[in-house]
Amino acid sequence: MAIKEDTIAAISTAFGEGGIGIVRMSGEEAGRIFSEIFVPASGKEIVSRMLTYGSIRDPETEEVIDEVLSVFMPAPHTYTTEDVVEIDCHGSVVSLRRILELCYKMGARPAERGEFTKRAFLGGRIDLSQAEAVIDVIRAKTDLGFDVAMKQLDGSFSEKIREIMNEILDILVDIAVNIDYPDEDIEVLVYEKMEKALTRAKEKVDALAASQDTGRLIKEGLKVSIIGKPNVGKSSLMNALLGESRAIVTSVPGTTRDTIEESYDLRGIPLRITDTAGIRDASDEIERIGIEKSKDSFNRADLVIFMIDASRDLDEEDEEIMSVIAGKKLLILLNKQDLGTVVSREKIENRFPGCVICETSLGHGADAGAVEDAVYDMVMQGDVKQSESLVVTNARHADLLRRASSQLGDAIAMTRLSEPLEVIEIDIDQSRQYLGEIIGEEATGDIIDEVFARFCLGK
Amino acid sequence: MSYEMGKYDIVVVGAGHAGCEAALASARMGMSTLILATDLSSVAMMPCNPAIGGTGKGHLVHEIDALGGQMGINIDKTFIQSRMLNTAKGPAVHSLRAQADKTEYHLEMKRTLEQQDGLDLKQGEVVDIIVEKNEDGADEIGGVLLRTGAIYRARAVILCTGTFLGGKIFIGESVYESGPSGMSPATVLAENLRKRGLPMRRFKTGTPARALASSLDYSKMQKQAGDETISPFSFMTDSLSKDQEDCWLTYTNEETHTVIRNNFSRSALFGGKIVGTGPRYCPSIEDKVKRFADRKRHQLFVEPEGLHTEEMYIQGMSTSLPEDVQEEFYRTIEGLENIKITRPGYAIEYDCIDPTALKTNLEYREIRGLFCAGQFNGSSGYEEAAAQGLMAGINAVLALKHEKSFVLGRNEAYIGVLIDDLVLKGTNEPYRIMTSRAEYRLLLRQDNADERLTEKSYRIGLASKERYDRYLAMKEMTEKETERLETTKVSPAAVNPILEACGSTPISGSVSLADLMRRPQVGYEDLAPADPAREELPPRIKTRVEVGIKYSGYIEKQQQRVDKFKRMEERALPEDLDYENIDGLRIEARQKLAAMRPDTLGQAGRISGVSPADINVLLIHLERMRRSR
Repeated sequence: MAIKEDTIAAISTAFGEGGIGIVRMSGEEAGRIFSEIFVPASGKEIVSRMLTYGSIRDPETEEVIDEVLSVFMPAPHTYTTEDVVEIDCHGSVVSLRRILELCYKMGARPAERGEFTKRAFLGGRIDLSQAEAVIDVIRAKTDLGFDVAMKQLDGSFSEKIREIMNEILDILVDIAVNIDYPDEDIEVLVYEKMEKALTRAKEKVDALAASQDTGRLIKEGLKVSIIGKPNVGKSSLMNALLGESRAIVTSVPGTTRDTIEESYDLRGIPLRITDTAGIRDASDEIERIGIEKSKDSFNRADLVIFMIDASRDLDEEDEEIMSVIAGKKLLILLNKQDLGTVVSREKIENRFPGCVICETSLGHGADAGAVEDAVYDMVMQGDVKQSESLVVTNARHADLLRRASSQLGDAIAMTRLSEPLEVIEIDIDQSRQYLGEIIGEEATGDIIDEVFARFCLGK
Repeated sequence: MSYEMGKYDIVVVGAGHAGCEAALASARMGMSTLILATDLSSVAMMPCNPAIGGTGKGHLVHEIDALGGQMGINIDKTFIQSRMLNTAKGPAVHSLRAQADKTEYHLEMKRTLEQQDGLDLKQGEVVDIIVEKNEDGADEIGGVLLRTGAIYRARAVILCTGTFLGGKIFIGESVYESGPSGMSPATVLAENLRKRGLPMRRFKTGTPARALASSLDYSKMQKQAGDETISPFSFMTDSLSKDQEDCWLTYTNEETHTVIRNNFSRSALFGGKIVGTGPRYCPSIEDKVKRFADRKRHQLFVEPEGLHTEEMYIQGMSTSLPEDVQEEFYRTIEGLENIKITRPGYAIEYDCIDPTALKTNLEYREIRGLFCAGQFNGSSGYEEAAAQGLMAGINAVLALKHEKSFVLGRNEAYIGVLIDDLVLKGTNEPYRIMTSRAEYRLLLRQDNADERLTEKSYRIGLASKERYDRYLAMKEMTEKETERLETTKVSPAAVNPILEACGSTPISGSVSLADLMRRPQVGYEDLAPADPAREELPPRIKTRVEVGIKYSGYIEKQQQRVDKFKRMEERALPEDLDYENIDGLRIEARQKLAAMRPDTLGQAGRISGVSPADINVLLIHLERMRRSR
């Protein structure tokens, strides 16, 4: 019943420091890819459904990426009812990413959010009662997450992609007009010219792909930094958002000794929240290191949540923080409303005109929803943007760039052989589709529009 | 007063290129059929250019023929010049175009209609359709009403009204109600269709002047002759030979453009009188001069309208400027200095339906049994019209027989691309087919149209036994020859001189003929001297064998994409699916899907406003429905 689809791959555990991370693949090609990249330590054949120790190796470069425990599970008795491979590795973000990218390179494609679950459902693995939940996951991806990812794309990066897409469009338009209007008084498309244009486009794609630095991988998500003087309720906020006690919460100032970073999915928006140690002068050496990290963290933050204890007057430490955070995108929480309101909303509004302010009582777990709403709105309205520069931050982009480049390479080779235009066109068009996927634009239909806009044609 | 004039299974309104195919298909599939035209001298009339085929259009004609339609046979009988376009490019885009003798074309088609069993041809202007309520309370077609009061009852009606419907002609400042070429327009029918709630809109097209051949100086123009070897359109025609007429090429110049520019104010086009949307690919000369102001010249072809007339068609110069201006600017053109215009160019505006109101079988969603085809559906061109007429005819018959609709996929035919585009995406201008519109161009070739379509048509009872047998015979010949070439090996001594002559590298061991043909420089004919066992085959088979071998790799690659596409395409959506109440569909998708009711998941994905996530939601919903059953 289920429609057979591409083989997909994704990291199926949340990003975190340490522990074990799993790369999972599902689909017809999973077994083939696995046999090409996995080398069992025993040197024996891979046995189905047996957890096997070995290494992941790039068959092209023969470089060993990581030592792993892996298992191949043939269809249909798997989660998705397709062939499934799970690769458990040490879990450093770098090796997880590199293994994932290798899977892409070998023919898998990035899984969409919820795609494993969707396949499991369509394969009959998931109970009917959960259909709603599956739909929610699918919706979350496109309606929120995807839009957000697009909005957050660095302007100059998408600009570069668009520029290459336009160059490729020029070639496609030339091909289209040459094929569909052979009798018209137009310049004949010569292969040398096409080869030059294709080569230029490929070089640009490759340069963009090379700007990806796998060594300093940047984890996905908006960086949100929580700041405030000790004991203002930062850890309570973190816990309220994450729904479990991650950070230690006591009322002794300085309890949070280190910055704590958590990945968190706010209604489809990936966030990386850092709970800082505060920036108070500290005598304790360990605490001092923590404070340095805090400063560093909020300097790089896309959004700073500044928490104020509204039940007490602003003190020197609050003032110090206020002087440091000026100019950052801010969400201000007037917390501990349940203990009284000494610091009024007006007072803060005067200090930070136009700034988003929430009055909260997080100590009792209340009001986390209001904070979520505020962050969500700020992101969706485009107030908060990711600050990464022109670096491909995302394995999906890298994969699509690689595919686009390979299609252009094929097109160039065929151009050199003087193959027919309509054959070469297929690969050129496909490369443009891949680039379009990066910036979320469907690249269809406009070729014909351009043909008529640029050429004087007609009977 | 109205009166009963008879009862038919199917009535076709309009006898242009769409109407003729619709009526013939209907009658050939065993339905009693009536075709009506306001004027029988307009049967298969070519009011614009005197040619059939061209890029994409040539493909359509081959497909119409493979399905058992008439256009290919008719043009094979009446052409006066034939050219295969794009021969310098790959075989997938080779496109046949033939100049027609317009009068012969009309007469030949009219005779075919007259001689067809089960088909009546009558002159009469339809002014309204008859709509009745069926037992379920739904609207159903009952027949047509003519201006005279005559009523013809029918179980299905096919509207093929072309530019007659609400037609209005513009020549400079003069505007009058008219059908094409001075024929009388269908004005009352246009009003009544609007009243009945059909979503109508207005499109525009144009045509250039006709001039007397004796007034033109061909010595100042470039000659364009027909091909030496003529390829027929029809798979039923083995070969053709004929004395061909020439066409002539000349150019406009700065002086021409100045005359036109000085008279922009007198153009109907820029005067704001025309409200209809014209096609971008067929701009009038005033449009070209305005939009492409930096162009020093525009080309025009002078083409014969037929053997029985001196009239020549000035292709590339369609215009709605006043007659005096037309004469003035034509006279600035080399070779046209003494032009005698017999008919001035004009623009014509007409009514058509928003095709998204149609189902993929070309039936209007709100009135059962009312089918639509041709320019009425927002297309442009004789071939596009004929293709839809054929499909509407077939589907009207199948509907009456309570059989499954005959819908061609985008991977099966240009006809599929054409109808899929019109019905799912709609169009903002008269729609013209282009090879660029097809995703699977390598598979949709002229040469293999019968392989794609003839068997399907035979199964539904349209393609004749004779046609089907021919298809099987050609298929067998192709397979046998391909197999022979794959298995016949040649030695270096026998073939190296040939390879050298072709500019290809010599071989050192023996190699199959097929492998040699896969080289870009080496063709089937080139290898003849090294292939003594070869039997002489019909040209069509040679082409097919060559294409099959040379491009097998690419064709296979494209086929894989089609297989993927088909997974979604073949996933049927239940007709009674309640889109309004599917959780997780966005509002826009709900509305669009509920209104358009696509047949398959693939079609649903091509409707604008339906996202990939919506498709996933539909998938989940279908699975949920399946399990709760």
